[in-house]
Amino acid sequence: MAEEKNKNALPDSSRRRFVLVGMSSLALVGVGSAIAGYEYLSPNVLYEPSPVVNAGKPDGYPADSVSLDPQSGIYLVHASEGFYALASICTHLGCMTAWKPELSMIACPCHGSRFTREGVKIAGPAPRPLPWLRVWMSDEGELMVDRSTIVVPKTYVRV
Amino acid sequence: MPVLDLPKIRESKVWRSIFRSGSGSSNLHRAQVIQQNVFLHLFSVKMRSRVLDFRPTWYLGALTLISFVVLVATGVPLMLYYHPSVPQAYSDMKDLQFVVSSGMFLRNLHRWSAHAMVLLVFAHMFKVFYRGAYRPPREFNWGIGVFLLLITLLLSYTGYLLPWDQLAFWAVTVGSNIARAVPLIGGKMRFLLLGGHTVNANALLRFYVLHCVILPLAAVALVSIHFWRIRKDGGLYPGRESDK
Repeated sequence: MAEEKNKNALPDSSRRRFVLVGMSSLALVGVGSAIAGYEYLSPNVLYEPSPVVNAGKPDGYPADSVSLDPQSGIYLVHASEGFYALASICTHLGCMTAWKPELSMIACPCHGSRFTREGVKIAGPAPRPLPWLRVWMSDEGELMVDRSTIVVPKTYVRV
Repeated sequence: MPVLDLPKIRESKVWRSIFRSGSGSSNLHRAQVIQQNVFLHLFSVKMRSRVLDFRPTWYLGALTLISFVVLVATGVPLMLYYHPSVPQAYSDMKDLQFVVSSGMFLRNLHRWSAHAMVLLVFAHMFKVFYRGAYRPPREFNWGIGVFLLLITLLLSYTGYLLPWDQLAFWAVTVGSNIARAVPLIGGKMRFLLLGGHTVNANALLRFYVLHCVILPLAAVALVSIHFWRIRKDGGLYPGRESDK
């Protein structure tokens, strides 16, 4: 009886091999599932608004004015040098800033950062100035702003 | 003649089919009552009566569990009137507050229990820390407790977004931008958490699923291990010899 058992028993090396193949397969499945899980969790299509915004005719912006469009999160500034756009999202933690005409400053309500109307930081925890966004005139004579393209400061659009 | 013959009920066939230990007042029977119940078997069958006094624990762990049970019991009914979608979430919250019968009671109880749970978890941890109850052999259970603290905070954070009002929106905007500060993977983490670049419909749905399914299940699993480890690590901490 004992002899028969020994005959049926697998040799040690083949058991070792089985465990090795089994464990490597499990590890492979684990890595694959992690990658597939990551891919599943990052959306492939986003139904977010387009980064390009039509800001309308330049006549709508009086000279020496700062206009905030809270919907798109941009300031359109009509300075003496020309038009430019600033992102209104605070560079600290993403709150919506506001133009304070009485102070001639852009101020963030969340943690007190302040900027000039050129986006330069005056005070507060914000680590960077407000970025300047690409502005151009469409063929229809309307101001267009691309919120996803940052340009160097002092890039004015003359009408 | 007693109206309710408890001893007879406990000897009945139906009772005995449910509770296997049966009646009896021997130590063995009393131990079996605990040991053979799926919920109670997490706990010790015997305990020093002194550790059940108010002084050693202030019952802070048990109170935390009670606040969690209240949160589940109020949160599930709230789910019946709440749609986690951008056009409906805010008005559903307002309906719960002003239209649904007992809605205001359930919502406020859920809110206050959430505040209480965060407070109690911290109090429990301070109590454990200052008594030295985190020391070996209980150090692993302290680790489990740290993860339970994190789950409690994440539950609060994800629940914060669900009313979908200005406070919720900006709090989660700020909070998810803090997550972006993690080196290298911060931006990706925020993207996965929100399911997009801004706090929007995807973020609301993800926070809802985290708040109502994933985090509570994780909490229940860890709480079970937490209680079971109390027994395995020698019961509630009795204090040092010099404290007795």
